[in-house]
Amino acid sequence: MAKVMELKTRVLGLNGNAAVAYAMRQINPDVVAAYPITPQTDCVERFAEYVSAGLVDTEFVTVESEHSAMSACIGAAAAGGRVMTATAANGLALMWEVLYIAASLRLPIVMMVTNRALSGNINIHCDHSDTMGARDAGWIQLFSENAQEAYDNIIQAVRIAEDLNVRLPVMVTQDGFIISHAVERVEVLDDELVQNFVGPYKPVYPLLDLAHPVTYGPLDLFDYYFEHKRSQIEAIDNSFPIIKKVGKEFGKVTGRTYDLLETYRLEDAEYAVVALGSTCGTAKEAVNVLRERGKKVGLLKIRCFRPFPRKEIAAALLPLKGVAVLDRSVSFGGFGGPVFTEIRSALYDAPSRPLMMDFFYGLGGRDIYPEDIEKALQTIESVVQKGTVEEHIGYLGLRE
Amino acid sequence: MSKLKGWKELVPGGIITEAGNARQYKTGDWRTERPKVDKEKCINCFFCWAYCPDGSVIVDADKGIMVGFDYDHCKGCGICASVCPAKAIDMIPER
Repeated sequence: MAKVMELKTRVLGLNGNAAVAYAMRQINPDVVAAYPITPQTDCVERFAEYVSAGLVDTEFVTVESEHSAMSACIGAAAAGGRVMTATAANGLALMWEVLYIAASLRLPIVMMVTNRALSGNINIHCDHSDTMGARDAGWIQLFSENAQEAYDNIIQAVRIAEDLNVRLPVMVTQDGFIISHAVERVEVLDDELVQNFVGPYKPVYPLLDLAHPVTYGPLDLFDYYFEHKRSQIEAIDNSFPIIKKVGKEFGKVTGRTYDLLETYRLEDAEYAVVALGSTCGTAKEAVNVLRERGKKVGLLKIRCFRPFPRKEIAAALLPLKGVAVLDRSVSFGGFGGPVFTEIRSALYDAPSRPLMMDFFYGLGGRDIYPEDIEKALQTIESVVQKGTVEEHIGYLGLRE
Repeated sequence: MSKLKGWKELVPGGIITEAGNARQYKTGDWRTERPKVDKEKCINCFFCWAYCPDGSVIVDADKGIMVGFDYDHCKGCGICASVCPAKAIDMIPER
């Protein structure tokens, strides 16, 4: 008989880094290998304190770079451990080649990324260039709107990554400083409840099972590499229902249900803004202000960017007249940012589609205000009134 | 070589679950040319055996004769034909 857990929660004042460190303590992973980088440092520092205080059983590996951090995580996960880490910006970039290996070997590593602009010039503040640069590496990517979601996503990520139909690494992001360093009200769960939710770890083909020796990462040439990539495509597509299922179960336990997307006042909307991360909170305020002025506007928040929920996004956006996509990173020389190009592609098969513009914003931590989002929605409305998109790309909060 | 498997039949992550099965991997099928020895011309000097980068020249050391090639692993580089002082080895295109 399933054990009925009484919901025990506490409300704490935590910043996003502290909330994730708190969740990591409750998850109590076997191995954490991490290297400090602003704005993630605060998170692993706090976790290191839990290690030194003996509050976790984790083997904490201090390494000399992020490349080594991810490599140590891969080794530990292949050995059969539950493994977590955290990084940001250039640290994630330094992990680039090993990110692909973690996903290819189907190792369920969970990593928190505090989104920060990639150099250069050097900048420590938020944008999404780091995570978007890693979007093709084969990791599941979940974005968080606030510290509460960062905490909730990290706990769910363990279940998603370790699901036997998925077995892929998961990246949980939170916007650097905006979430990672701002103290918010965070409802944390009871330790035992988190332990029960994530469950015991069941390793698959662990290297430390000496009775059943296996080889990880062998030479894989033109005769099999392609088939292995195809099965990896299947694995990440398989994660759609698992992400939804885990989000629902989390809702049953906590009252906070999660899905691939979140819609805000979109039911009868004519115009919508699409965003990821903390900007969604700002966008909700802008939507409320415009609604009070009688504008039929809403927000589509993308929580799960990888895998890309193309069907759900198309279903949410197709009834609209105009869509303003917000991109917090640039694909230099591309036709708009990564969010815009994929959303346009997701709507291609529909017989009629909303007009769409992309707005670059917030690079290097440039603040975004509700007024900026109002401007984006007003711009797309006037584009729809004209009936044609003359300029596909706009900029919010940029000086000419 | 055994029939190649489809993607649905593979172990996730390309993990090899059997120890020591590298011996089943016949790297000889990378070859585009196969060496052929004419034993009428061969003087059993073992130059081919000494130079072969893949250990794919088979010799009978007791009898002191060069026997032939291990086509499961010979990659057809042609070094044996090149170093043979008796010009006893020809490289024949594989079909």
